Amino acid sequence: MDMLNAFVALSNFVLIPAIAYGSQLALGALGVTLVYGILRFSNFAHGDTMAFGTMVAILVTWGLQSLGVSLGPLPTALLAIPFGIVGCALLLLATDRLVFRFYRVQKAVPVILVIVSMGVMFVYNGLTRLVIGPENRTFADGARYLVNARQFREWTGLAEPLVIRGTQAITVVTAVIVVALLFWFLTRTRTGKSMRAFSDNEDLALLSGIDPERVVRVTWLIVAALATIAGVLYGLDKSFMPFTYFQLLLPIFAAAIVGGLGSPLGAIAGGYVIAFSEVAITYAWKKVLGYVLPDSLAPDGLVQLMATDYKFAVSFMILVVVLLFRPTGLFRGKSV
Amino acid sequence: MKKLMMATAAAALAAGGAHAQSEDVKIGIILGFTGPIESLTPAMGASAELAIAEVNDSGAFMDGTTITPVTADSTCVDSAAATAAAERLVTTDGVVAIMGADCSGVTGAVLSNVAVPNGVPMISPSATSPGLSTAEDDGLFFRTAPSDARQGEVLAGILEDQGVSSVAVTYTNNDYGKGLSDSFVAAFEEAGGEITLTAPHEDNKADYSAEIGALASAGGEVLVVLGYADSGGRGLIQAAADTGAFSTFMMGDGMFSEALLEDLGGVLEGSYGAVPWSQGEGADAFAALVNERADFDPAGSYTRESYDAAALLILAMAAGGEATSEAAAANVMNVANEPGEEILPGQLGRALEILAEGGDIDYVGATDVELIGPGEAAGTYRYYTITDGAFETVEFR
Repeated sequence: MDMLNAFVALSNFVLIPAIAYGSQLALGALGVTLVYGILRFSNFAHGDTMAFGTMVAILVTWGLQSLGVSLGPLPTALLAIPFGIVGCALLLLATDRLVFRFYRVQKAVPVILVIVSMGVMFVYNGLTRLVIGPENRTFADGARYLVNARQFREWTGLAEPLVIRGTQAITVVTAVIVVALLFWFLTRTRTGKSMRAFSDNEDLALLSGIDPERVVRVTWLIVAALATIAGVLYGLDKSFMPFTYFQLLLPIFAAAIVGGLGSPLGAIAGGYVIAFSEVAITYAWKKVLGYVLPDSLAPDGLVQLMATDYKFAVSFMILVVVLLFRPTGLFRGKSV
Repeated sequence: MKKLMMATAAAALAAGGAHAQSEDVKIGIILGFTGPIESLTPAMGASAELAIAEVNDSGAFMDGTTITPVTADSTCVDSAAATAAAERLVTTDGVVAIMGADCSGVTGAVLSNVAVPNGVPMISPSATSPGLSTAEDDGLFFRTAPSDARQGEVLAGILEDQGVSSVAVTYTNNDYGKGLSDSFVAAFEEAGGEITLTAPHEDNKADYSAEIGALASAGGEVLVVLGYADSGGRGLIQAAADTGAFSTFMMGDGMFSEALLEDLGGVLEGSYGAVPWSQGEGADAFAALVNERADFDPAGSYTRESYDAAALLILAMAAGGEATSEAAAANVMNVANEPGEEILPGQLGRALEILAEGGDIDYVGATDVELIGPGEAAGTYRYYTITDGAFETVEFR
């Protein structure tokens, strides 16, 4: 019984939140890694790209809600995601045409593009705040819980509750579908293959007749889709505020770098590594250990390695360790 | 021509009048007209000016001496700016007393840098930090808002009533949250209660599940939330409900909000809390007065306290028989407390007459003023529970 209680408490506070958060980070990191692999720069505007796509989706969600459209137990926002993707794609393509292409044609070194992407980040930042404001916005509807605390206690008779929120389940399912589609696209379709070829060796790809502008356009479209989906899932699961999306940039980059920049598989692994470390290191293990250990060894303190305020420090620490000892990341991506 | 002559005469009269009233009394109103509480301060300022206008209209203050309000900006957060503004009020404008400041931080700065060196009394309508109770004030500082030390005791008392002996506490990471949390923890532990964990939280985060994880691990029957209803406090309660970590919450005054109740619905059922409250004759009389003579919401935050603060300064000067800082500082406690005839908002003229005849008054005002200890409001708190999705008053304490 104690072991079961310990496992339930662990699932409730560590496993389930970390899996959902990790999926959101993985989708975000995939976008970063694609831009890095194909356009060859670190796109600091990614967090705000997510915020912009989510903002469009939220506005459409509100419209749908006021029209009385609903998906029953599922959040209406799922219907709005395609609109968010279109809005985000238009923005990214326009940015590429107006800003990034200029530097690409000049064959600017990556560090210049990184700084340019910072400028783009501030513009997106302001754009999102102008339209929807800096405040917290809620747009989730539908059934909140898949399993709620009271039901679970009644079913199992355990002291510890287990809660699975609808949005957590949706996050994981959506992430799996999106990742499967992305890998199918990259490995099975002609466009996907040309993107990988372009990423592996630009000169050879150009010699074999691949149209670079087309590859770039397709990349931005995929990035828009990934960013919007990640952003909407994060917003549904937690809450939407432009500033928190800007802050997501750090864990997302940490995930992409830990996995290996340019490696899609690495981005996914990195997302979960970062999410599990953040949650596990800031979790107070007193309760779980209290169930597992005999009474004589049960801890008095909280057994919390780091206060929750230092959550972001965890990403930084992992980042530093990886860059020092394995700069190419877990999956042998490009070194930074 | 006739018109011109009349206008000139009127102007001369006005000028002469101004000259004759050079003994005119000035009272400073220093509030954060810019900054984080700029949405509250216009009504607070208007409320203080309402009290002054009422006195001027009665003509009963010092044989008809007029009182002129002079406003200044405390910014709520910038102590240097607030000090400079208050310094200007005292040295340039020559105010005899100050109604303000508003936020605890700038109030402390104005008190120690301007009020004490110049011997000018001040009454703050809204500074609630317990730290101000022990500030070095030479008997010059009063407040019509209760100290959060008092709220801590009230909250601890409620838990005792509910038969709760072990709680986890989370507070918003600023002066208000820290002060309130410290006073609550001290009061609760003194009453024999157990605090499993006291954890600060940052406002405006997307996700509070990590904070709740730590609080849940520490355990406790009830989670005490000393935060803001539209920010971190709401997020924490939501996260606690989401993980099933806590089912009962006790909330500090920052958490009292209809919107919170609407948004979280059933989650809060059975939870309870306390909020400063004014009720009875004084509040009603104030509402009637405001509706008749001004256009702000009489139930707005700290408007009642602002009216009372300005009224107390004036009455104290009247009781001392001279419009000076010394008279105001010396008599605030006398006019605010018993014995004497009870004075409600709208009766300032009568109060002045009683004082002029040498009588005693007990200023009740809009907030049932009762100054205790170092000159701060005892404060009445509404102890409420949430029953059937609505705030239900248990009692006032």
